[in-house]
Amino acid sequence: MDGIHDLGGKHGFGSVQREQDEPVFHAPWEAKMFAIMRSSGPAGAWYCVDRFRHLVERIDPVSYLSDSYYGRWLGGVETGLIEAGILHQAEIQQRYLDLGGEPFARVAARPVDCPDPMGDVPAAKGSQRPVAAPLFKKGDAVMTSTEVKPGHTRLPAYARGKVGHVVVCHAGWVFPDTNAHGKGEQPQNLYTVEFTGQALWGKDSETMSLCLDLFESYLSVAFPAALEPHPEKQRRHRYEP
Amino acid sequence: MSHDHDHEHEPPAPQALRTEAIESLLLEKGLIKPTAVDEVIALYNERVGPMNGAKIVAKAWQDPEFKARLLADGTKAIEEFDLDGGQVEKLVVLENTPEQHNVVVCTLCSCYPWAVLGLPPKWYKDPAYRSRIVREPRTLLAEMGTDLPESVSIRVWDSSAEVRYMVLPMPPAEFAEQVASMAEADLTALISRDAMIGVELL
Repeated sequence: MDGIHDLGGKHGFGSVQREQDEPVFHAPWEAKMFAIMRSSGPAGAWYCVDRFRHLVERIDPVSYLSDSYYGRWLGGVETGLIEAGILHQAEIQQRYLDLGGEPFARVAARPVDCPDPMGDVPAAKGSQRPVAAPLFKKGDAVMTSTEVKPGHTRLPAYARGKVGHVVVCHAGWVFPDTNAHGKGEQPQNLYTVEFTGQALWGKDSETMSLCLDLFESYLSVAFPAALEPHPEKQRRHRYEP
Repeated sequence: MSHDHDHEHEPPAPQALRTEAIESLLLEKGLIKPTAVDEVIALYNERVGPMNGAKIVAKAWQDPEFKARLLADGTKAIEEFDLDGGQVEKLVVLENTPEQHNVVVCTLCSCYPWAVLGLPPKWYKDPAYRSRIVREPRTLLAEMGTDLPESVSIRVWDSSAEVRYMVLPMPPAEFAEQVASMAEADLTALISRDAMIGVELL
């Protein structure tokens, strides 16, 4: 999904604010939220990390930017608990008001009436699964998908339709794009793919490279011609901004 | 702690009260243990944190055979440390050298190798770092105090699946000759969390 969570490459966020001697939790409620997140999975609000991540991606986008990390978890956990039928939003709101909560404060949770079906809690530990032999090998040029789907994916928007090279194949892993939606693990080969700065950001990019871990179905064969602009077919209209 | 405690006297944030509301409802239904919060605080304040990553780095600096194993298969190499905390089903360790600088991010959420580095700092999870380090790493690292010459290649690792990354920093130049003979505690005191993310040189 083209969500607010997909922050890579966005302009305008300013400087990174590092805190000296930062505590693990900044306030007691953050540790509570951590404990609730760990307990809400076993309680049935989510069955895999992919589902939990997608719950967080679906929260109110203004809350996503303003409520900090554990505020985002709050939105995701609340959405999951309501969609799973474990709690009703009305009872959460009532309890919040009983505790003295501000009635018109923005609520991060965005539960839907007909949520995706629940998937099974995985029988096997971890996320690695046996799959068929990889389609790509180290050094292969690959192009990422340009497809934009409404649901969960682990292909960031900034890397759509880009050409890079396979660095390593990590064999089979659970596919988040289906698993998050209750459509099964459908494991695939996972690759680390390296892109140049210019491939991602254009000719004025900093000298850099970037590695992403990408699932096989995000990738197709890239022909060498896709790597370099054709010298005789440069864009006709150039301008100096 | 430099944390400002003045705002304890302000009304609690809506998120704090909403969290309390959900916690109390789950407690009534028996869906969360009354001890769950204390367990989390004990685990991540005391047992899981960057001190574990620092021990791994110190050993890699002192033991070339371990360092080779760590770089070849991080997951297997750290088994001997018997770490708790999760998020290291597959750990890849990236060696910083005078020619190659590695830096780690998760642009889509905030993936981070909890078992070796603890829970991530706030800045790692904030939009500024997640948006900028993939697009202008050299500029952002310089802003954060790590000014790398053009001769150093920068490779950014965006943790987009379940593989987790940790940087093996270079020892501080003034200690480079001594690391082999130094005590572990003296070495780990030199190693910062931010260097193991790749935003700091030691």
